[in-house]
Amino acid sequence: MDTLLKVLEDDATLTPEQLSVMLDKEVGEIRDMIKKYESDGVIVGYKTLIDWDKTDREYVTAMIEVKITPQRDRGFDRIAEKIYHYPEVQSVYLMSGGFDLCVLIEGRTMKEVAYFVAQKLAPIEYVVSTATHFVLRKYKDKGVIYGAPEIDERGNYV
Amino acid sequence: MASIDYERILPRAVVDMPSSGIRKFFDILDSMTDVTALTVGQPDFVTPWKIREAGIESLVTGKTYYTSNAGTMELRREISRYMSRRFDLTYAPEHEIVVTVGGSEAIDMAMRAILEPGDEIIIPTPCFVCYEPLARMTGAVPVIVETRNEDKFKLTPELLEAAITPKTKMLVLAYPNNPTGAIMDADDLEKIAKILREHQIIVLSDEIYAELTYGQRHTSIASLPEMWERTVVVSGFSKAYAMTGWRLGYICAPEPLARQMLKLHQYAIMCAPTTAQLAAIAALRDCDEDVAAMTAEYDRRRRYIHNGLNAIGLDAFEPEGAFYIYPHVGKFGLSSEEFCERLLYEHKCAIVPGVAFGASGEGFARISYAYSVKHITEALERIEHFTKKLS
Repeated sequence: MDTLLKVLEDDATLTPEQLSVMLDKEVGEIRDMIKKYESDGVIVGYKTLIDWDKTDREYVTAMIEVKITPQRDRGFDRIAEKIYHYPEVQSVYLMSGGFDLCVLIEGRTMKEVAYFVAQKLAPIEYVVSTATHFVLRKYKDKGVIYGAPEIDERGNYV
Repeated sequence: MASIDYERILPRAVVDMPSSGIRKFFDILDSMTDVTALTVGQPDFVTPWKIREAGIESLVTGKTYYTSNAGTMELRREISRYMSRRFDLTYAPEHEIVVTVGGSEAIDMAMRAILEPGDEIIIPTPCFVCYEPLARMTGAVPVIVETRNEDKFKLTPELLEAAITPKTKMLVLAYPNNPTGAIMDADDLEKIAKILREHQIIVLSDEIYAELTYGQRHTSIASLPEMWERTVVVSGFSKAYAMTGWRLGYICAPEPLARQMLKLHQYAIMCAPTTAQLAAIAALRDCDEDVAAMTAEYDRRRRYIHNGLNAIGLDAFEPEGAFYIYPHVGKFGLSSEEFCERLLYEHKCAIVPGVAFGASGEGFARISYAYSVKHITEALERIEHFTKKLS
């Protein structure tokens, strides 16, 4: 695995100049590598992790278990595609186990999410059933712990 | 009834022992808020989970008794295997390894077992703060050797030769080095060893940072011909496995030396903490990948901070070990303490004055990169503001 990917996965704000020093490579080489990863779809995007609970934004997240009847030839892909095109949908995973698709959605209110499930998700052809679980609190996401900022408790002893 | 006179009771040697060269600086630092510090001499990583889990498991299953004085045989066997696979050193777990409460106890035991009043102990500086005071407690005479920036703070054969007298009994060799980040490779060590083979001198080789070298693997002086029998290797789990708070180190030494140290350890300490010992077995067995990942991360920060300091005109040689960089700060006409105090007061950035590590540290400062890149970037900006103001 390329170290550049690991380092960028941890911190996307690092500039090519910083990465060049850290990884002992030319800046141009770093730029080219990133460009290639982007065009190959290895790096698919950059986002910021925000603890919205610390803001006044009203929002609610739900995890929806979706069971579907797979279609001949197309399997689950077509249904997944139909679902992920909705802008409310944050993530869609094909799962092993008791249900087929795991859909993470975000809405302003529980009512809005319920409306989405009832009006948009459930009626999709081949969707057999849904089960909606609301997220009550986010403790950790993408490897980052939410809550109080970490305090450096290391003492100064030479 | 006479009131008790502590002045008369306390021995001079203890009263005169400095508590820490720069306690004042740290007191100021501790009293301030919002300081971006690069002062800490311990990893910013948490102990790898497998090790913590083994510690927890040992408590859950009630392993709360003493172990044998030298440490559990299982741990000593793992240390023996580790020394062999990493540094090509052979130590018998039965009688050549003693598990201690951190590397610090190991240093103390080695000095107490070997030094006696009047012996000379050569201490190359700048170095970690404990060698001189601990040596003095044995009545030995510290002979301070100042290593130089132009030699990348290595101990050169010339410096060593000039310091040896008929009374010399011990040489402290602490590489990879705190505070300079210097290392000594096999060639450097051979030049020293050539001299030592002609004398009755024991090397106290403090290899606590042995896992943290960049670009090349650490060589122990004990692995050179005829040096094993002249060397006490002191190491531990604090730096490599991010286990500072567990307090676990070890001594590897020829049996005639180890036997004496074990007696001192037995009466003073009994045994190292059992929980830490059982956790350390997991460290040596299962954590090579964790060590490699932490070392790789330090390496990236090392390049970053070396580049950053040189870019703002603070010259520092590229450190090859530990997690410190040691720039020259003397060119602004301030002493190292003045430089660091003003940086702290005026820009809320803390680095450690070089004089904390011996008089030869004047003109230098120790900067730790056991911090995130973001934190280092912030500190570099503050240092740059300060140096711009000074020049």
